Amino acid sequence: MANLNHPANLKYSKTDEWVRVDGDQATVGITDYAQDQLGDIVYLELPWDAGASVTHEEKFGDIESVKATSELISPISGEVVTVNEALKDQPELINDKPYEEGWMLVVKMTNPAELDSLMSADAYKAYLQGR
Amino acid sequence: MSYIPNTPEDQQAMLETLDFSSFEDLLAPVPEDLRLRRPLNLPPALAELDLKRLMNGVAAKNKNLDTVISFLGAGTYDHAVPSVVPHLQRRSEFVTSYTPYQPEVSQGMLQAIYEFQTMVCQVSGLDIANASLYDGATALVEAVLLAVGPGGRGEVVISTGVDPQYRRVLHTYAHARGFSIKEVPARNGVTSSEDLDAAVSATTSAVVIQQPNFFGCIEDMRAIEPVAHKGKAVFIVNITEPASLGVLAPPAEYGADIAVGELMSFGNTMSYGGPALGFMAARSKYMRLMPGRLVGQTVEEGGNKQTGYVLTLQTREQHIRRERATSNICTNQALLAVGATIYLAALGKHGFRELGELCLQKAHYAFRQITALPGFKAKFSSSFFDEFVITAPVSTQRLQHHFEQAGIIGGYALSDSYPGMPNDMLFCVTETRTKEEIDYLVDVLKEVQA
Amino acid sequence: MSVEKLIFEKGAPGRRAATLAAMDVPTASLESMIPEDMLRKEPAPLPEVSEIEVVRHYTHLSQRNFGVDTGFYPLGSCTMKYNPKLNEDMAVLPGFARIHPLQPDSTVQGAIQLFYELEQYLAEIAGMARVTLQPSAGAHGELTGLMLIKAYHESNGQGHRNLVLIPDNAHGTNPASATLADYKSVEIKTDPGTGGIDMDHLKAVLDSNAANVAAIMMTNPNTLGLFDRKVLEIATAVHEAGGQLYYDGANANAVLGITRPGDMGFDVVHFNLHKTCSTPHGGGGPGAGPIGVKEHLVPFLPGPLPAKGDNGYYWADQGSQSIGKVRANKGNFGVLVRAYTYIRTYGPDGLLHVAQSAILNANYLKHELASDYEIAYPLICQHEFVATAERQKEEYGVTALDIAKRILDFGMYAPTIYFPLIVHEALMIEPTETETRETLDYFVSVMRQIAEEARTNPEIVKTAPHTTPVGRLDQALAARQPNLRWTTGQEETH
Repeated sequence: MANLNHPANLKYSKTDEWVRVDGDQATVGITDYAQDQLGDIVYLELPWDAGASVTHEEKFGDIESVKATSELISPISGEVVTVNEALKDQPELINDKPYEEGWMLVVKMTNPAELDSLMSADAYKAYLQGR
Repeated sequence: MSYIPNTPEDQQAMLETLDFSSFEDLLAPVPEDLRLRRPLNLPPALAELDLKRLMNGVAAKNKNLDTVISFLGAGTYDHAVPSVVPHLQRRSEFVTSYTPYQPEVSQGMLQAIYEFQTMVCQVSGLDIANASLYDGATALVEAVLLAVGPGGRGEVVISTGVDPQYRRVLHTYAHARGFSIKEVPARNGVTSSEDLDAAVSATTSAVVIQQPNFFGCIEDMRAIEPVAHKGKAVFIVNITEPASLGVLAPPAEYGADIAVGELMSFGNTMSYGGPALGFMAARSKYMRLMPGRLVGQTVEEGGNKQTGYVLTLQTREQHIRRERATSNICTNQALLAVGATIYLAALGKHGFRELGELCLQKAHYAFRQITALPGFKAKFSSSFFDEFVITAPVSTQRLQHHFEQAGIIGGYALSDSYPGMPNDMLFCVTETRTKEEIDYLVDVLKEVQA
Repeated sequence: MSVEKLIFEKGAPGRRAATLAAMDVPTASLESMIPEDMLRKEPAPLPEVSEIEVVRHYTHLSQRNFGVDTGFYPLGSCTMKYNPKLNEDMAVLPGFARIHPLQPDSTVQGAIQLFYELEQYLAEIAGMARVTLQPSAGAHGELTGLMLIKAYHESNGQGHRNLVLIPDNAHGTNPASATLADYKSVEIKTDPGTGGIDMDHLKAVLDSNAANVAAIMMTNPNTLGLFDRKVLEIATAVHEAGGQLYYDGANANAVLGITRPGDMGFDVVHFNLHKTCSTPHGGGGPGAGPIGVKEHLVPFLPGPLPAKGDNGYYWADQGSQSIGKVRANKGNFGVLVRAYTYIRTYGPDGLLHVAQSAILNANYLKHELASDYEIAYPLICQHEFVATAERQKEEYGVTALDIAKRILDFGMYAPTIYFPLIVHEALMIEPTETETRETLDYFVSVMRQIAEEARTNPEIVKTAPHTTPVGRLDQALAARQPNLRWTTGQEETH
């Protein structure tokens, strides 16, 4: 757990997604803990097509590693503005840089109050200790 | 006889290292009221020679195709196995190995299966194939489950030209899983595209046609494909006689999405129908939905980056997905897949074509000779590969009686599976029948009086 | 060892291995027999190789493969026992190998007799009323068994029962089979003290779901190698709630002649003949997964079933309550011949000795390994046990995977790793009864050496294997850029 990184400026969900807020837009990805648990990521299903929307606490995609599959659960609701196309050919970016090049979606939030239900970095670290 | 190598002395010494004096001490965890305190009611052990005598006696009670001429097809086809195949397939490093979960010591099996997957693609024209399924019938079920999707609900439209056993199995799974089946009857031995059009709707999940079909007839796939694809249905082709792929257009060419069927006749023993060799080949878009094992090529992590093979995309499978799995298959038919691989390598590009031509020509010769006999008619006017239906002047029971007297095994009595066909018999002629044997069948039929 | 190129990278245009029969009939043109648009235009691009090339190629591949005949194969839950050669010879007798499944019953009396007798042997071994030999593998049997249970409930107006209880240490096929039978799986916890089912949790689940419980699927001994002494209590509780009991026969090697699932209260049993009855694993199959049932489930069995009458053996159709067929034809007959031969080889005393010896070998190994490896449940085990690499991982960063790979360097196969899921860094070890004491001692010495290497030279373990035909392979690359078949023009094997 000591080697994993969970930046202080982000918010975190119980299902191991992170959110970076920038005005009414939120960038979403999965945490260092999540990528570490999954192992080498090989494939992602994301809402690649334009005009998709996501809903708070509902599935927005699937992620697959060599040894596991997992659902991706959206921490917020809104319209998908951009999807990280680089992840189609280089899913390993999530393993290497889960918070930078490994970002998944940029979402225009429809209900910013949902951010209050997310955890701070410290709260998330404590949550991980208990798992 | 026993294969337990440790002697009673060895075992006693081992018990003593555990501070036990007898097996009874080891069995303490099993409650007394569950202990079977009597020997199992089974015949006593036999020494090898005695057992061989016994088994030879049981085997001798079966008429086998090495000594009796047969014209049976109907889903199981006799194709001669070159000697080179069993000599290689039965090498014990293949036979006695396990699923290749430790790839470093299973490269032989993994590479052989990669070659199998490739050859299935080469003969079907499709993009990907898996490492095998139990048999053609369950392969068809797996393709339907794939088409129906998670949740298991959906409608499948299937021609009655598909093998009746396969359709029975599909019904069993439909009832368990929750999807529904609509059968489209054949006309003149083939599926009519008008009837199919009436059956297929925008919500149909899958359309299943067999090629050649159970009556031996060649389906008009060019007319069927657009109907199958008019909605969102997956077009599944079932192939029980894979030798037909030597001369018939492969499924990829006429727009099939998935091809399934039975490859046991390629290099493996018939063994009363099992173990068999189901296959599935598909367009690349179905890759992550394929059931069964998949072998992929890769390289070593370190050092020389040597080419190697691994089981891959395992997150599709039951050991990872568990209750989210779309298929539960674990053990499959790997050794038979190896047999088919060696067989196809032995036949090669030209041999495979020649196999198809031999079956086609011999069957058509038999057809011409039989239909020239007074009273024996072709049931259908459709074209065929190596099987055809003859309407006899007598019931198929009477025909079977003649065949028994003549010491041969005739064709398949269609009344066993289809209503209203009491005099109709399905004859199969593969490359294993000589002209003399075909002429003998014709002579036997000549003697049949209405 | 040198690389072995693919068969597609060998040969030359025009080469052939097999020759086929002569065209001895008058021929007609292809176009006169097959519509032009259904004719194959280009031959399938299969290899063009000579017989000697075929022989050397597949001989080399076999030499790059490890089987039970090569060495020790302690895969937990797989029962990699010796595959008798007598069984192989019997399966290929022409009277068994060269018969067509649709031949008239009168011409295959020996085949039906074999089905008939094998059914009786398996029914006796398991304590069941009847057995179907149709299913092709364990998972296939599981699904068949669940379909039977479903049909039974439906016939009693209990078709709404939709839950299957499955212990958290169960094999992945169990919940997968439940899903395919349109059931929802409910996980039952293991009691960390006994290693058996957590009875309080089971009772709580039964209490809150009694009306909807269709079945419990379990094996005994379980995947921890432990015999669950509460099994009769479990059977009573589940039956009282209206559910049925399904026995996963993967671990049957431990119970032969000692106890029977039928006597434990199970209603349905599947056998893995490729485990318990020594039929070879074939690198991933074929197997056979017959299903045994108690009397009340007999009407639902897939048909036909073998029968004996005044005129000999015949196939008797099942009645209208049958679930139908689960595969074409009657079963994996070639595998059944081997299992039949095996049972006739051992007889009742022999089979009991098989189970006793399997249990002895497992306990012996557990005892010898305990000083170097944590044993998940240090109780008397049955035919297998679970050790862990927890200590090695905590202290030296050496994992179960690393240890498994290092074992390969010593001419043995690794145990099952990372299963059951409830044990961290699990090493599931099943020696079987067909190993000599010396082999077991050698395995122990190798495991001790690896434990020592983990302490003093962990790198050699973490980068193992070193002496196998290939080293560790890039699984991530295989899954990221799947190459599932050779294509002309792809990079040559190197």
